[in-house]
Amino acid sequence: MTTLPTSAEEPNGLHPVLAPGHTLGTVTDKISELVLARPLNWRWITGITVGSSLLTLLLVSVAAVLANGIGVWGLNRPVMWAFDITNFVWWVGIGHAGTLISAILLLLKQEWRTSINRFAEAMTLFAVACAGLFPLLHMGRPWLFYWLMPYPNTMALWPQWRSPLVWDVFAVSTYATVSLLFWYVGLVPDLATLRDRARNRWLKLIYGIFALGWRGSAKHWHRYRTAYLLLAGLATPLVVSVHTVVSLDFTAGIVPGWHSTIFPPYFVAGAIFSGFAMVLTLAIPLRGAFGLHDFITQRHLDNMAKVMLATGLIVAYSYTMEFFFAWYGMNIYEYQQIVVERPTGPYAPFWWALMTCNILIPQALWSPWVRRNVLLLWVISIIVNIGMWLERFLIIVVSLHADYIPASWRMFYPTFWDFSTFLGTIGLFITLLFLFIRVLPVIAMAEMRELVHETQGHNGGAHASGLSTPTPTPGVES
Amino acid sequence: MKPIPHPDLYGLMAEYHETGPLLEAARKAYADGFRRMDAFSPIPVEGLAEAIGFERNALPKVVFAGGLIGCFGGFFMQWYSAVVDYPLNIGGRPFNSWPAFLPITFETTVLCASLSAVFGMIALNGLPKPYHPVFNVESFELASRSHFFLCVQSDDPKFDRVATRAFLEGLGPVAVHEVGF
Repeated sequence: MTTLPTSAEEPNGLHPVLAPGHTLGTVTDKISELVLARPLNWRWITGITVGSSLLTLLLVSVAAVLANGIGVWGLNRPVMWAFDITNFVWWVGIGHAGTLISAILLLLKQEWRTSINRFAEAMTLFAVACAGLFPLLHMGRPWLFYWLMPYPNTMALWPQWRSPLVWDVFAVSTYATVSLLFWYVGLVPDLATLRDRARNRWLKLIYGIFALGWRGSAKHWHRYRTAYLLLAGLATPLVVSVHTVVSLDFTAGIVPGWHSTIFPPYFVAGAIFSGFAMVLTLAIPLRGAFGLHDFITQRHLDNMAKVMLATGLIVAYSYTMEFFFAWYGMNIYEYQQIVVERPTGPYAPFWWALMTCNILIPQALWSPWVRRNVLLLWVISIIVNIGMWLERFLIIVVSLHADYIPASWRMFYPTFWDFSTFLGTIGLFITLLFLFIRVLPVIAMAEMRELVHETQGHNGGAHASGLSTPTPTPGVES
Repeated sequence: MKPIPHPDLYGLMAEYHETGPLLEAARKAYADGFRRMDAFSPIPVEGLAEAIGFERNALPKVVFAGGLIGCFGGFFMQWYSAVVDYPLNIGGRPFNSWPAFLPITFETTVLCASLSAVFGMIALNGLPKPYHPVFNVESFELASRSHFFLCVQSDDPKFDRVATRAFLEGLGPVAVHEVGF
């Protein structure tokens, strides 16, 4: 079947989730060619070069931390956790949109998720890998990390189950494991496609090993879908629990500025906010660089912008409530910390920047014109990422630097190694992402075929809709 | 031991380009008395597994069992270590301070249920299986792209090389292939 001209909008005024004119075959060919046929291009080489340079910086920074101890960071008393936990929470938060898109939107039968879920899940995995580095390094002796695990050690000691830090170990490692499983299960039919379409013997062998001999049997598909749905159902409460547990690390402490019941929902909303911002940050250039306009349409960008706006409003509400509690509760330490210190103290510029990035600027998303303007949307998503990093920094550093006794107050100044470790993890993330783009399909082929089958009615007349014969309006690109 | 009636033949495979005719063919083959058969498709097709007579999906039970093991195992681990093996008085709280044990219990439940969903699916499907006779059919590599197949196995009691081929050809396929071992 030849490709039909694309139509910009469906009759109901919405952009389609997939440009019309695709068949099972064209979708498969286009996505698998990104991996199998596309030669190395300058965009990919630039990306991997930037990524691996920053990754080298990470290795140097980690070596510096291991050789000298975490004192090379600007940590002091009372600010004993600063960039490291800020980065940890930020990275874990970014991971959340991946699981949210794959699991919750799957359960809600939001078909627009299909073309973004694969790389959003990959993003989750890579973000969690970056996040995990920080608590490990902060331990000072990371090679003893297994002390946190329940195992029969020679001292007959167990982890302290009542500590949120131990909950964190379980929550984050479970989250990483389940995300990996979810991602791999989704990949199996696609790996089989790559195995069947690869012309290189070695590639065929490698994809074949990971495809486990998948052959698309009806019985296999039946169990496969059950497993996938159950995993989605299990991952959904997991997303909420992980960031809730992360927030309990703070809430369970009695530091003014941390000890707040609003933290769990506030952290979860913030995580989704930053996660969707990161998906947009990645999806927009990816779509341009690899010509994926048919699959990641205006509708996806629009929907993600709306989710970002909604979660941004929840975050704004949480900031307001934090302020209100501190004022209404009249605990002098909390009042001093939240009402006085944050907007007027030494870190005030960061607080005002946070308000601008996370509350003021996202309001532009109310305008459909802004949501349609791809470049502007991309800039806003980057601003939100910066804002969410500032939020975590403020919660952690500002709360710690001024606690109950003014005599112990002290400023935190980041050192070179603070910045280099953070930039380094961005390098790790970029490197992993570009390797992923090179060797695995960025869009879930099997699910796209299903979407074609459902929406465009090719290879199955039963579900045919009016979309199979679109009005030809040539030259209009969605 | 009973000899295999067709030592060179795994089965006969009909090829389709659409889901509709495949579903219809699968239903007809089942109605005609064939039981040992399988269908292959690049997408999960609604009702296809039922059409070839596949009803028992044990996976939900496996996942439920995995979740229960994770739940009780996780709680038991904490209870045993905090109450029996190494009781510590933390701010006068009871040794069995179960509300504090719930986050980890939840995580182990999800972890075990997810692991059993994935490994249960792989095991019940008989994967990994790098070699399978259906891969010998040349056009089968399109089963992961855009084509659909219905394979009647030669160990079906009703299988007959000539008659079954004629029967499959009557179901409107694009082609009928012999699947060798």
